Amino acid sequence: MTAAAVVLQTHGLVKRFGGITATDHVNLSITQGARHALIGPNGAGKTTLINLITGVLPQSEGRITLEGADITDLAPHQRVSRGLVRTFQINQLFSGMTPMETLTMVVSQHRGLGSRWWQSLGQDKSVVERCGQLLEQFRLTDVMHQRTEQMPYGKRRLLEMAIALACEPRVLLLDEPVAGVPAGEREELLHTVSALPADVSVVLIEHDMDLVFEFADRITVLVNGAVLTEGTPSDISQDPQVKAVYLGHGEGAHA
Amino acid sequence: MTILFDGIAYGMLLFILAVGLSVTMGLMNFINLAHGAFAMVGGYLTVVLMQRFDVPFLVCLPLAFVGTALLGAVLERTLYRQMYRKPHLDQVLFSIGLAFMAVASVDYFVGSQQQIMQLPEWLKGRTELGTGTPWELGMGHYRLFIIAVCAALTVGLQYVLSATRFGSRLRASVDDPRVAAGLGINVNVVFAMTFAVGSGLAGLGGALGAEVLGLDPTFPLKFMVYFLIVVAVGGTSSITGPLLAALLLGVADVAGKYYVPKLGAFIVYSLMLAILMWRPQGLFVRQGGK
Amino acid sequence: MANLQRTLLKKSAVQWWEPVLWLLAFSAPWAFPHHALIINEIAIVALFAVSLDLVLGYSGIVSLGHASFLGFGAYTAALFAKWIHPDPLLGLVVGTAAACVLGALCSATILRGSDLTRLMVTLGMALILFELANKFDGLTGGSDGLQGVVMGPVLGRFEFDLMGQVAASYSLAVLLALFFLARRLVHSPFGATLMAVRDNRLRAMAIGIPVSARLAAVYTIAAGVAGAAGALMAQTTGFASLDVFALERSADVMLILVIGGVGWLYGGVVGAVVFKLMHDVISNITPQYWTFWMGLFLVILVMVGRERLFKPWTWMGRS
Repeated sequence: MTAAAVVLQTHGLVKRFGGITATDHVNLSITQGARHALIGPNGAGKTTLINLITGVLPQSEGRITLEGADITDLAPHQRVSRGLVRTFQINQLFSGMTPMETLTMVVSQHRGLGSRWWQSLGQDKSVVERCGQLLEQFRLTDVMHQRTEQMPYGKRRLLEMAIALACEPRVLLLDEPVAGVPAGEREELLHTVSALPADVSVVLIEHDMDLVFEFADRITVLVNGAVLTEGTPSDISQDPQVKAVYLGHGEGAHA
Repeated sequence: MTILFDGIAYGMLLFILAVGLSVTMGLMNFINLAHGAFAMVGGYLTVVLMQRFDVPFLVCLPLAFVGTALLGAVLERTLYRQMYRKPHLDQVLFSIGLAFMAVASVDYFVGSQQQIMQLPEWLKGRTELGTGTPWELGMGHYRLFIIAVCAALTVGLQYVLSATRFGSRLRASVDDPRVAAGLGINVNVVFAMTFAVGSGLAGLGGALGAEVLGLDPTFPLKFMVYFLIVVAVGGTSSITGPLLAALLLGVADVAGKYYVPKLGAFIVYSLMLAILMWRPQGLFVRQGGK
Repeated sequence: MANLQRTLLKKSAVQWWEPVLWLLAFSAPWAFPHHALIINEIAIVALFAVSLDLVLGYSGIVSLGHASFLGFGAYTAALFAKWIHPDPLLGLVVGTAAACVLGALCSATILRGSDLTRLMVTLGMALILFELANKFDGLTGGSDGLQGVVMGPVLGRFEFDLMGQVAASYSLAVLLALFFLARRLVHSPFGATLMAVRDNRLRAMAIGIPVSARLAAVYTIAAGVAGAAGALMAQTTGFASLDVFALERSADVMLILVIGGVGWLYGGVVGAVVFKLMHDVISNITPQYWTFWMGLFLVILVMVGRERLFKPWTWMGRS
């Protein structure tokens, strides 16, 4: 059995805020095509870890490699152009733009057209086509001309995901993608997450255990900023340490 | 040495004038460019009371404070409160608008000439100490008075902030208004009182400063820049930050104007620019502060 | 899909009323010769406002010191005409280029910090330039201003006349050219990324936009356009004075933009027209009236809500 290639790896990642160690020597390894979940109680440092990996927060110690290359000193936008993309737990959208404008802009930027000032935004046919594809894929066609600030929450969450996908990620970090989404609209979102192409490696932060067990082939448990344990879903669900940490929370743990 | 003395006096005055702005910015996240107008109101109130009603100088000072504080409280309740959530650009425009209105009104009703402040006899005069530069110290009595009053106010402010319940409520609200409200602190009242006191202090500063800084309708606009410098450099998360910034600014300005008069305020502006480039959040911000 | 493309392109297409507007504008100095001077002023101020819109409206940079570039362009063009060559177009290019360089240098200052920091830094820059211009009065004329700038004919043929008609047409032409350049810019992918940075800087970074580089680029460009306005000012009035750096200039242009509508290029133009006309009418009554009513207007404007007031079509509830 050939071992799958490692696409994303953190080496002894540490983050300190004054006296608090938010991330404690984390070694995370994501393989090609993984469906990897990152779980842990509130305050375990999951989002901080994502912020470190994407470069939004500078690390106190440690290194990060993406497809073998050391990206520790790269700026956030440079990491994105290498295929490391994330979504946010709280929607981070562009309030003044419509989904159509947003996605066209993101696709343009991603294809290296972002600095072109003499062309019109809709001029490149392939860009517009891709935008149309994404709008359909994420069922946003009916709201594509609405300004983001006026869209219903579920649609905004879909747009949040669409934006990430428009960047053609090689490694996708999803931070609680279904958080706050009403039960009826979760299906749409979940369906899209599982329909992601197999060569995209996905790391999912999630509290909903049903979703985690359904989606992940590997789970890392983070507690107090450090990795408690890592393994397959069946390993984790039977691990007594993990059960102790989640004591009182059964399946379908709520955030 | 005299320059140092004058600089300190100027700095302390600036501090009293600007501290209200700093706290408002830190507390309500509101850029209030009309702050200088409150100072002007205090100054004119004093002048009017002294000239028309023969109120003695020392009595005018607390009256200036109270009068301006009342004005601040009223305006906060009626106008400012609706502005807190608006984007910064809107706040800038709004407060510039208020400042314009204040300037124009004063100009219209009182006239645009400089107001002369008649100081009481015991505040005029100078004491000379020491000989030979740079040790000679000429202390104008009025400047001495300013330093004394401002120092007392600073100590008082620090006391209120650290040792009273209101002070801790204020600090909690600055740190995190939502959590503070959740703890049962009436954030609205804290805002209103803070704004009132800050404006009152500005008014007091305007009254105190009229003799030293001059008083005419362009006062708010002319000095607004200095207040903003104090807040930008000193930060909004403490009162020692603006204090040090104000002292630095005062000394730098007086020294600059004395030693290199041609450059005028150039020194101050460049200093500010350099500091903000180096530390965009201000010189004296604690870790994790705004 | 063709629909999609059409909708996107429609935004940047020239509307029917635009050529009409410009035609009217160009014929105005000739139809109303006595007003040519004020038309010239309006064109210059409109250009200045458009340049501020690029940084404020489209990129979200709160600047109270945009007059730095206006003044720098003005003095450079004036000095160029006086000491090197009186050709207007050459001077225009020099003034614009100089302001661009200054903008590029200053762009480092606006990248970090909060809105207040940016406000202070931009303001500080304008004040520093003011003091410098004051100090080097051998060069700049100090508080008396730089006088006796005599311009050559535009394109070698059109002499600046006393009525100001040539001046007005010249300014309008420059305004038109730069306006359409700006238009291309804001409707391009580059412009879209600027708006993304304005709306959500964090997310813009997270989708691969090099935020600092973009902001620096737009600041430089806007500085150049403001410099062009300054050059026009110096050239058409034959004069450059210190108040070109004053806080009032920066505040006025912000006001103009707000009146006309931020984030809409024609906002600068509309605002300039309205502002200048109002100014003329009101300040003839009493000088204080102008300041007061301007202030009151600002207060009401902000309280009602900037967008709602000047986009009457939004009153009906449509987005």
